[in-house]
Amino acid sequence: AEEFSLMYPFFYRPMFEVIEDGWNSFLPKDAFKDLESMTDEWRLSEVNKDFSVCPSYPPLVAVPKDVDDDTLRKAATFRHSGRFPVLSYYHKKNGMVMMRAGQPLTGTNGRRCKEDEKLINATLRPGKRGYIIDTRTINVAQQAKARGGGFESEANYPQWRRIHKAIERSNVLQESLIKLVEACNDQSHSMDRWLSKLEASSWQTHVKEILTTACLAAQCIDREGASVLVHGTEGTDSTLQVTSLAQIILDPACRTIRGFQGLVEREWLQAGHPFRQRCAQSAYSNSKPRQEAPVFLLFLDCVWQILRQFPCSFEFSESFLVLLFEHAYASQFGTFLGNRTAERAKLSLPEKTVSLWSWVNRPQELERLSNPLFEANSLVIWPSVAPQSLLLWEGVFLRWNRSSRCLDEAYEEMVHIIEYNKELQNKVNSLRRQLAQLETEDPLLQTP
Amino acid sequence: MDLLIRLPSYIQKSFVEQVRLLDRFSNKSTNGTLYLTATHLIFVESSTNNSTSAGQEIWILHHHIASVEKLSLTTTGCPLVIQCRNFRVVHFVVQRERDCHDIYSSLLRLLRPVSYEELYAFSYNPKQNDQQREEGWQLIDLGAEFERMGVPCDQWQLTDVNRDYKVCETYPRDLYVPITASKPIIVGSSKFRSKGRFPVLTYFYQEKKAAVCRCSQPLSGFSARCLEDESMLQAISKANHNSRFVYVMDTRPKLNALANRAAGKGYENEDNYSNIRFQFVGIENIHVMRTSLQKLLEVIGTRSLSVSDYLVGLESSGWLRHIKAVVDAAIFLTKAVTVEGASVLVHCSDGWDRTAQVCSLGSLLMDPYYRTIKGFMVLIEKDWISFGHKFADRCDQLDGDPKEVSPIFTQFLECVWQLTEQFPQAFEFSEWFLLQIHEHIHSCQYGNFLGNNQRQREELQLRERTHSLWAFLMSERQNYLNPFYSPAYSEAHPVLVPSTLPYNFKFWRNMYHQFDRSMHPRQSILKTILTLRENSRKAESTLQALESRLQQLGVTPITTSDPPAAPPTRDQRSNSSAFPPRPNSLILGAPINPKEVQRQQEEDDEQEEVGEEATESTDTERTVEGSSGTESRKQSYGELEGTYNSELAKEEPAVVSLEFGVARMTC
Repeated sequence: AEEFSLMYPFFYRPMFEVIEDGWNSFLPKDAFKDLESMTDEWRLSEVNKDFSVCPSYPPLVAVPKDVDDDTLRKAATFRHSGRFPVLSYYHKKNGMVMMRAGQPLTGTNGRRCKEDEKLINATLRPGKRGYIIDTRTINVAQQAKARGGGFESEANYPQWRRIHKAIERSNVLQESLIKLVEACNDQSHSMDRWLSKLEASSWQTHVKEILTTACLAAQCIDREGASVLVHGTEGTDSTLQVTSLAQIILDPACRTIRGFQGLVEREWLQAGHPFRQRCAQSAYSNSKPRQEAPVFLLFLDCVWQILRQFPCSFEFSESFLVLLFEHAYASQFGTFLGNRTAERAKLSLPEKTVSLWSWVNRPQELERLSNPLFEANSLVIWPSVAPQSLLLWEGVFLRWNRSSRCLDEAYEEMVHIIEYNKELQNKVNSLRRQLAQLETEDPLLQTP
Repeated sequence: MDLLIRLPSYIQKSFVEQVRLLDRFSNKSTNGTLYLTATHLIFVESSTNNSTSAGQEIWILHHHIASVEKLSLTTTGCPLVIQCRNFRVVHFVVQRERDCHDIYSSLLRLLRPVSYEELYAFSYNPKQNDQQREEGWQLIDLGAEFERMGVPCDQWQLTDVNRDYKVCETYPRDLYVPITASKPIIVGSSKFRSKGRFPVLTYFYQEKKAAVCRCSQPLSGFSARCLEDESMLQAISKANHNSRFVYVMDTRPKLNALANRAAGKGYENEDNYSNIRFQFVGIENIHVMRTSLQKLLEVIGTRSLSVSDYLVGLESSGWLRHIKAVVDAAIFLTKAVTVEGASVLVHCSDGWDRTAQVCSLGSLLMDPYYRTIKGFMVLIEKDWISFGHKFADRCDQLDGDPKEVSPIFTQFLECVWQLTEQFPQAFEFSEWFLLQIHEHIHSCQYGNFLGNNQRQREELQLRERTHSLWAFLMSERQNYLNPFYSPAYSEAHPVLVPSTLPYNFKFWRNMYHQFDRSMHPRQSILKTILTLRENSRKAESTLQALESRLQQLGVTPITTSDPPAAPPTRDQRSNSSAFPPRPNSLILGAPINPKEVQRQQEEDDEQEEVGEEATESTDTERTVEGSSGTESRKQSYGELEGTYNSELAKEEPAVVSLEFGVARMTC
């Protein structure tokens, strides 16, 4: 804790009025209340209340109602880092669910765990089957067996169909980011060099892989009407990219400013994405600490891609994503400190630091982050993942390399057009009311 | 469809039922009927049970068809692949091979017109009388355009030397030259230039009295010189008191220019011409450009394309490199004229391809007028049509030499698009305008782009026998407006200085995937803002009506009639916020015929269509490899093979086709 207590968030005192303490805005028990309003098939378990079953999980997790805590404890011993399958998302439309976990510890001799099987089977409706999305290639998953890991065999999980979708692991992603940043900073004037460097970075390839897998998960749930379990190795990186993006696609609530904060809390912070290790250095730094990886940045990039394809379906604008990117790496707020909830509790972050959400959830900040084009869209949004549809996120990667003045001015003009229209509509409405009132007062005035 | 009446006798069969239209990038397909008319190939989707509305229609103008290919027979039928010049690719499967063959052979006859009279423009009748047609042709007046630039003036004059196309048959009749350039100088110079294309004025930058002139390469060979030509350049130099020299921009790569010397052509020797500064800028020739685009289309037409293959293909096609080269050259020209105040003479080999690109793009950067709708028409009319860009050859209007075909004008439109992305407020028109113009350089529906030069157009009596595209576009002007356009911006930035760092050049998806709907953003900012603008216009008049009604009743309206106050300015905002909003380039949405936009919006109002449209894009990407025709309906994002539930295989609801609107307009 020594290294932490000297960090800026512990000294930072807000110069703004905290309207709502962000540390209390997205507690698991509140999220569960929403779930309870839709279904009674799930319960909130306190099995991890002292972080002993799974150190990287929060104290409260949602699990199938019929599965008791003992079963959870046993299932936890069968999963990487004790990350037993928990609820990630409930699809209101058809009652299908998405769960996430760590890899099963089958090892080379094909260990099995009845409790684990019971736990995940409990999420299936009678006669229904589900999909397990493994974010590793079959080869990588096979190799994991030698180190005690593995994947769910068809024999032991007959009601599940396993799909392997490769998302690169963290060290590869960091390499990719370094190459991309270098390509963007290369001011040489050759087109060929730029395109080949962009290609060599593989960044866009990773974006496509992650989006594709998230779309697949969403498709299984919404189109196929099947429940889904997502895991990779630890279940703290690619797993979270997939589960959080699938929710962006499926759930309109996640596309609001507040809903997106909730998503980041649930699927990243509380789900135990190790921010301290992954975001230790600036994204622009080319040093390579072992655990450093732009896993969260890739998630934000994918959200940005969807935002570009559905510019009217998000309540927030690109600036919110850029803000999150910045604060994940360096911040005066305590939100992204630490690797997991247990660590945050130990450091008393809620007492000693200010939450980023306290800053964000104030009227002036919300206005700045909001998307003027937003019109609530209650439908599932399917992005195109064709290479021709994916773009370089200039707002992050070219931010310091080019002037965005012309684009900013055009954006202002767009805001102006939208606001002018709103005001006009308001005026028309108020005059209509005034006229209607006159007409009811004096029926003779009624216009034909 | 009265078109059916005029069906030529060689059309074997006018319609075929039970035709399947396959999506280019997914395994989706729709069933319908294929109609063949004298002018169009039309696919009409059979109405589906769950939808009362008629199915989608795709209208393909015969002139747009670049190639028809009959693939080998499969179990489901006979595939017919049609590639169009507007980058549409359609893949039909016809049940019976005989029917397929009939359509195939009819199309082959139809898509290779051998005489101008066969072109659509000569039969197209938009129900206008002669007077209206005549007025349409008078819309653009190049004489008035030179006057606008301030020509003729004390240094530049109109010459009648080419009145009868005697000196140069690919130039227009009216040409502007320095006052000191006498007829003998002109004639002498023209004999020393390829195709007689001697140096003439194309743009005059009034502020610095600097001229942009154009010509073809000199016939210098290894040592030849021509005193008249030297005097001609001297005259251009003398006409500008701001600079002691003239830039001569040879837009070709040096190697190409050197090679030309062996054929008795070449470039200016600085020793022979006093006061010139010679510069190569290295834009490749028409053959390189044609191959480059072919390569690009091949890459982006690949199914299940990986990001890596896409980027490697983009690079190896060289397309963006060529685009950048043209923009770089235009910037060089602009700087020489506006910063140094020097006159510039631009040429390539014949002076009708690269020269047209560089002169017109440079003028566009220098003069805000060319960034308006009318001004852009004038620019195309001047630098492309009148100065003899060979539209007929380059766009393959008649069955001709395939080596003459090249996307030079398409490149120009793309350069302009790249600029609109960098300067979203500087252009009065939106991307739709550029796409519409591109549509019509190949449609042969209007007379403007027919033929290779003015002389030929006069012989064809196009003004008497066909209609003008400009009049049509002008009548639809509202649809092409860029809602972000700011005349104040142009006033403050009359000269645009774009960045040509490579990452500023993007792949123009809305051009090359114009008809591949699944690739486009599902919601379009341009479309949304245009609708808002339109709503505001309506609200303004409603407001007025309401106010006058209230005043009639002797009541003061609660609100004042002043237009609503402007939102806080940019500066006030950015000062108060730590992170200024940083939007990316404003994505201009799917290129839809504006009428279609309206229609779709109406539909959207009735039924929330966004989501259904959205689901369509699921199927953009199929990673299932090597699936045979029978198991074609696989899922979208891969690996769901052998699903338990057939939900995924369900047919998507019919969506109104984008292209419908465009085609509609052409009939």
